[in-house]
Parts: sequence; structure tokens; C-alpha cells
Amino acid sequence: MAEAAIDESPRTARAIARTRLADRDGFLAWIFLVPTVVYVIALVAVPFFLAIAFAFSDVTSGDPSYDWAGLTNFRRVFNDAVFWQSLQNTFVFTIVSMLLIVVLGKVLANILVADFRGKWIVRFLALLPWTTPVALSTVTWLWLLHSIYSPIDWVLRNLGLIGDNVYWLGRPTTAMISIIAVHVWRLVPLAAVIIMVGILSIPNDINEAARIDGAGFWRRMFEITIPLTSPLIAVSALFGAIFTFTDIAVVQVLTGGKPGNSTHVLASWSYIRGIGGGDIGQGAVIALFLFPLLLAAAVLILRAVRRMETI
Amino acid sequence: MATVTSAVPEPEAAERLRRYYARRHVYGRIGVYGAAIFAALACAGPFVWSTITGTKLNADLYDAQNNPFFYNQPPTLDHVAYLFTSTAFPTFAWNTLWVGLVVVVITLVLGVPAAYSIARLNRPWSGPMGIAIFFVYLVPPSLLFLSLSRIVVWLGLQDSTWSLVVIYPTITVPVSTWLLIGFLKALPRDIEEQAMVDGYSRMGAFLRTVVPLLFPGIVAVVVFAFTLTASEFIYALSFVSPTSEKVVSTGIPTELIRGDVFFWQSLQASNVLIAVPIAFVFNLFLARFISGFTMGAVKG
Repeated sequence: MAEAAIDESPRTARAIARTRLADRDGFLAWIFLVPTVVYVIALVAVPFFLAIAFAFSDVTSGDPSYDWAGLTNFRRVFNDAVFWQSLQNTFVFTIVSMLLIVVLGKVLANILVADFRGKWIVRFLALLPWTTPVALSTVTWLWLLHSIYSPIDWVLRNLGLIGDNVYWLGRPTTAMISIIAVHVWRLVPLAAVIIMVGILSIPNDINEAARIDGAGFWRRMFEITIPLTSPLIAVSALFGAIFTFTDIAVVQVLTGGKPGNSTHVLASWSYIRGIGGGDIGQGAVIALFLFPLLLAAAVLILRAVRRMETI
Repeated sequence: MATVTSAVPEPEAAERLRRYYARRHVYGRIGVYGAAIFAALACAGPFVWSTITGTKLNADLYDAQNNPFFYNQPPTLDHVAYLFTSTAFPTFAWNTLWVGLVVVVITLVLGVPAAYSIARLNRPWSGPMGIAIFFVYLVPPSLLFLSLSRIVVWLGLQDSTWSLVVIYPTITVPVSTWLLIGFLKALPRDIEEQAMVDGYSRMGAFLRTVVPLLFPGIVAVVVFAFTLTASEFIYALSFVSPTSEKVVSTGIPTELIRGDVFFWQSLQASNVLIAVPIAFVFNLFLARFISGFTMGAVKG
């Protein structure tokens, strides 16, 4: 190991003069990195390829021996209407949530960078939805959307907007709206924080100059702030998309896929099949559908982040 | 508005202009405070409401006509006491705490040297390795939980909280390394070079000058990694089913329930008890997370 890692850069002559291993950058670089690389390979890369292998197998939690099953799992998954429903739901959730998260995140970011007293407490309150463990905040929403005692329904009833309770989680459409609402509520603070970074990095004199030239709030917003923060707005959009796309907790806790499997997403359906039903092979097939889109999102994030350097 | 650019205005016109701007300033302030209050309520409203609900009497809560946003009967702490005395909540909280702390230690032991190696030791593979770490961060648990659940079984750790200790660093190590790379790039190189000129080895310079200077960043990473482990849901749900081994994020939604009726007040109280401390500490380090995330992306 040590021999293979000997520094071969132009500084080799100097490095050889030193005998202590602790001074060899090449050796240290490896020693510092190897534990992390080994760990990540063992518990991220291996499971990833294992998931692909499971997709072509008949492994179940009851009978974990590996037998090649070819495309059987894929056929069974594709023949199941719930899979197509959850694929569609995943896209609907992701796209609608992403749009709302970006727009509301931008609005919240503007509020959080404004100058007012008590900013600290407002930032603290605004961050709560994001920092709270998602399963806990979602349980809170279970009651806010309760069939009988929902406070939201109470308000609507007392305003005379509805006669009877909406029964939010009992009907497919309102259940989907509820899931999207909780996702958006939870991820807007994250998007706001990311966009805040961008707003704060704009040099003050640009805004000052525009103000002196007579540009109003909206003019400055659309012709200075938004163009200059567009890479970070893109990053927040993609983070919002990734976290919605791969999330399982909100759906699992809020509806569990009910009513009648109508609100499942890929991740929750994969969980039901793979852990609930013990059919690891089918679960793996469903989860694999997450991968291509994630890869695309990751590449886009990286490009947006790189573009930020030029600002 | 075009008047701004005109030459010196008449006295009364100037006065009008001054009033106009004063009025606009006042409206602007009202708008800012209004927006801030609205944002705070939209985000934290459910938690305020949880606090009220968690201290309500049953008769108050289970009446669909009662105002859900205020006490219709005297408040009570019975349900909060019940949470601590008659449910497994203290066990969940303890499990979350020690799993979080052990995972944080593992994360730092792996992440700090890895970040130093990538940010400072100038290997040809430093750049690609940084990007690889970022990609690993984006591999979601929902893609890996099935195969990891098999690996946990092979390791003999199923239904044990230790399975989470082994697996959670897959989430925390990549993101922490990414943050630490950012913090390291913000430290001037001269400091450790000076230490080496003064006779320290590279290793000595790392331990005696870089690690202490990195300390604020390390604290931020501790908070961030702990928050991530406390929030994690899918792994905890898939690997661990006995009540005594569960953590907060799976225990509370699945165990504070009798038949199919949740202990609603206790549940809401537990939500606030967990949420507020995490958000409070997180908020202290917000500025540092922000700088870490952006610095990591800048080539140094």
C-alpha cells in the first residue's frame, strides 16, 4: 500500500529525503481517504448493485437464497396497475411540489433577508418544518386533516365554505392534495435557505445603483435578483424535486397509500412489496425506477453549482 | 418617480416628496412585518397548534364543535406526563440520542480526514473524488433500503438499534465530507505551511493547526449529521421492529396508538418536544451551513 502510494509528483525528490511516512502527502492522502471509500463502497455501492441483482432474482425475506429469475419480476410489476398509478403519482407529486416549493421558497427567502426586528425568531419558526423529523411533523398533519376533528375543516365550516367535513385523506384527489401540501410545507424552508444564499451573495452596490437610477422593488427583483440567483433557484428546485421524488415518510405516515392504493409513490409501493410483502425482487424492480431520474437531477445540480462560481 | 432625477425642487414640492417617501417607508415597514408574521405562522402554525392540542383535556379535544385553536376547557399536563411515564417515548428519545451521537463520532472520524485529503493534499483524483462524494449524497435511502435490509440480516443486526449505527453513516458521511471540504477551502493554506516550516510533519500540522481551526465547522457538521439521523425514517422502519429498539421517528408514529386510536395529545406534545430543540440548535449554525455548502462547490 505504502509503496504503491509513493508520491510521483515533481516534489518526489524532496519527499524521498524525508523518511517519515507522516510527511508523504501521497501516502497521507490515501490513508485519510481509504476508510471512507471502503465504507461507502461496502454500504452504498454494494447495496446498489445488490438491488440490481435482486431485481433479477426470486429472493424473498422468507427464502433469501438467490436464484436467477430473469425478467419475471419486471413482468409482474408491469402487469400491476398499482405500479403505473404510483409511477404517475410520483411524477405528479414531484412536479407540482417542485413548482410550489420554488415559488414559495423564493417568497420566503425574500422575507427572511428583509431587515426587521425579531428576525432570529422568524428564522427559527420558519425553519421548524424542515428540521423536524419528517415522520413526526407528518403525524401532526394526520390530525390537522382528521376526518372528524380537522381544524382546517373547522375553519372552513365556520366560514360557511363547506357544509360537511372534506374528509381529506379519504378521497384520492384530496389525499393527493394533502400529500403535496405537506411536502411543500416541509421543503419550502430548505429552498428558502438555499435561495437566501444567492440573495445575500449579490453585492449591495448593484442594488444601490439600481435604486438610485429609480428602479423599484419589482424591477430590481425581476431584473437583478432573479437573474443573478438563478443558479441557486435551480439548485433549490432540484433539491426539492429529489427530496419529493425519493421520499417515503410523508406518504407512508399520511395515507399509507390509501384510499385503495391510489396515493402510492414508487418508494412507498416498493416498501409495501419488498418489506411488507417480503418480495424483495419486486420491491427492487420498483425502486430501480428512481435511479435514472436521480442521476439526471444530480448532474443538473452540479452544473448549476458550478455556474455559481462565475457570479 | 421620475422626479427623483430632476434638479433642486421647489420647497413645497420637496416637502410633498419627503412626505411621499416617508409614507412609502411606513407602508413598506408594515408590509415587511406583515409578511414576516404571515411566513412565521404558515411555517410554525402547526407546531403552535400542537402545543395547544398537547395540553388539552379529552373532552375539549374530542368535540368537533370546539375551537381547535384555543382552550375551551382548562389546559392540562396529564398527557405530557403520560408520554414520559406510560409510553415508550423515553426509550425512543434515548435511542435517537445515542444512535445520533455514535453516528456523529463515526462521521467525524471518517469525514474529517477524507475532506482534508480531498481539499488539501492535491492528488490528481481530488476533483473527481469530491464530485463522487456529492453523487453518493444524492443516492436516496429509498433506493438502497431493500438490499441494506438483507445486509443487516447477514450482519445479524436485524431488529437491533445497532443496525442503524452501522447504516446511518451512509447518509451522514458524504454530506459531512462535502461540508467539511467547503470549510477547509475557506482556511488559508499558509497556516499549515507555516506549521510545517516550523518543523511539524504534514500529519502534525493537520492535527495541531487544521483541526483546531476547523472546529467551528466541525461543530456545524455535528449538528447537521445529528439532525439527519434523527429525521431518518425508512431505514429505521425497515430494519427495526421491536418497541424497545425503535427511535423517535419510527416509534412515535407507530407506537403511540391503542388499537387504531392515537394518543393524540401525547403525540402532539412529543412532536413539539423533539422539534423545538433541534430547530433551535440548527438555527444557531444556519449561517455556517450556508457557507459550507457553497464553498464546497468552489474550486480552491
